[in-house]
Amino acid sequence: MQVSLTMNITADLQSLFTWNTKQLFIFVAAEYETPWNPLNQVSLWDAIIPAKEHAKFWIQTANKYRFIDQGSNLGGKKFNLTLHWHVMPKTGRMFADKLVMSGFRLPDEHG
Amino acid sequence: MGWIAEHVESIKSMKIRDTLSQLITLGMIVSTALIIWKALMCLTGSESPVVVVLSGSMEPGFKRGDILFLHMSEAPFRAGEIVVYNVEGKQIPIVHRVIEVHEQENSGKVDILTKGDANDWNDRSLYAYGQNWLKPQQIMGRAVGFVPYAGWVTIIMTEKPIIKYILVGALGLLVITSKD
Repeated sequence: MQVSLTMNITADLQSLFTWNTKQLFIFVAAEYETPWNPLNQVSLWDAIIPAKEHAKFWIQTANKYRFIDQGSNLGGKKFNLTLHWHVMPKTGRMFADKLVMSGFRLPDEHG
Repeated sequence: MGWIAEHVESIKSMKIRDTLSQLITLGMIVSTALIIWKALMCLTGSESPVVVVLSGSMEPGFKRGDILFLHMSEAPFRAGEIVVYNVEGKQIPIVHRVIEVHEQENSGKVDILTKGDANDWNDRSLYAYGQNWLKPQQIMGRAVGFVPYAGWVTIIMTEKPIIKYILVGALGLLVITSKD
């Protein structure tokens, strides 16, 4: 089963840019459970925001990376989507945070 | 020319005790550096608390020649973290981002997939033959901070070892011949 998602992302990450911010690395990951693994994280899409001017955006995009599990079928699977942002400084300490959006569900196999 | 003559004169007039004293000073400097390095290893929990970025696969975030500060903890690995890992049979560690985690109950068995920010493909082709997933044991630490350009000295000294010898030789000579 191949999963193809289209995501609509609106974000304003301008407040993360300081004099010491080189870029933001942002990515969207799906988190879900399987019988073997209580925790699975799969990155679906990522982007680099190089400057404050680009940090307020709206984007509609398909997933960049395949939404596929190690072994199990994801039909009907409930999952969270998390938006992560990693602040990469011009020099010094890096830090990161995320926003969790729960309540998504993949269609059943023959849906 | 007078400067060289002066140093040659000072070498000729050195007594054995002075020489030994200077050598011990040199030894103390080296030992101090080693102690600091080992202390950093303890503090950060990583066997390699500082690494130099050697490739451009994490650009534009990290560039070749940047220095990364690593930290290691018992905390489980999660997507988005930048980790430094070793591949069996390869000498040079790789610094890339975790893009997938599949974890059994409480870090029982963990499969990790990494990818360089600037690469189109994930790191599978970099792993050992037949290895599809990275194990936590292969990871030396997480990158927590960095300093740009500071690692170029190390790169130059590794790729052109003659510069290393010249630098160390000159340093040793200056220490030994300096009048205190």
